[in-house]
Amino acid sequence: MIVRIMGEGQVKLADSHFAELNKLDDDLLSEMESGDESGFRRTLGALLDKVRELGEPLPDDALEPSELILPAPDATLDEVRDMLSDDGLIPG
Amino acid sequence: MSGVMKRMGMIFRAKANKALDRAEDPRETLDYSYQKQLELLQKVRRGVADVATSRKRLELQLSQLQKQSSTLEDQGRKALALGREDLAREALSRRAALQQQVTDLETQHQTLQGEEEKLTLAAQRLQAKVDAFRTKKETIKATYTAAQAQTRIGEAFSGISEEMGDVGMAIQRAEDKTAQLQARAGAIDELLASGALDDSSGLAKDDIQSELDRLSGGTDVELELQRMKAELAGGSSASPKQAIEPGQGQPQTKEPQDTPRFDKQ
Repeated sequence: MIVRIMGEGQVKLADSHFAELNKLDDDLLSEMESGDESGFRRTLGALLDKVRELGEPLPDDALEPSELILPAPDATLDEVRDMLSDDGLIPG
Repeated sequence: MSGVMKRMGMIFRAKANKALDRAEDPRETLDYSYQKQLELLQKVRRGVADVATSRKRLELQLSQLQKQSSTLEDQGRKALALGREDLAREALSRRAALQQQVTDLETQHQTLQGEEEKLTLAAQRLQAKVDAFRTKKETIKATYTAAQAQTRIGEAFSGISEEMGDVGMAIQRAEDKTAQLQARAGAIDELLASGALDDSSGLAKDDIQSELDRLSGGTDVELELQRMKAELAGGSSASPKQAIEPGQGQPQTKEPQDTPRFDKQ
């Protein structure tokens, strides 16, 4: 599966890694929903590190649609929440 | 519930699709493509023109060379006539060199002519293709516009039914208002008739007033009769005619409709 880390690029991940990543991803979501900023930072960092570690970076000129997207490493909880609300990302 | 990664991916894709849908107007794409074809055609035509110009330049050079060649031939002949064989030889050798150039240029000229013919043909074919594309493009555009209009009509129809609902409401309101006005008019008529309201138009008189008028009219008649009798008996009165005028007695004719008229007059 192709995963994009916003502001960084795409990595290709084997499907076998997803069980591991999904746990972190779910934690991240619950931390975001509960507004746990420090937990959110920690989990996001851990998740991105894991993706970078397990994945194989795609060349910059590769044209592959990302199936999963991760916020940029420095994204704040509020920014991510905005992106996930209905009118986030691309305005209009 | 899915995690942040999945949700973000889904939202991104949804937004991207929306943006694509918005961006893709097939009519614009067709127009753009047609524009590109026209530019290409323009280039080919320019190519044809360039080749034709080169060909003409070669022709000019050729005719100049041929002129020089015949001049040299003349000079050789004259030199020979004057007994200058050396000069004649020189002229003829120069002419031979020129002749070589002429041959080369003629070959080039032929090549160019062939190129020009090929390019002209290509330009004509391209023109035909572009024309065909334009026709097709217009057809597609018309079809697309029609489909779009149809969609709009569909959309408008649901809107129209709402509008119609509004119109129905308006009619209902108008009817209500009319009924209300009618009821009010009826009430006013009744009130006027009962004498509770004054009629400013002065056309209708309530029954009490009519009765009073009739009574007073009656007294007037009596008074008038008496005055006339007095007149006949004694001197003339100031205005006997005015008093006879039926101004005040007039409403009587309205009120008791079933009584014969000659009774009153």
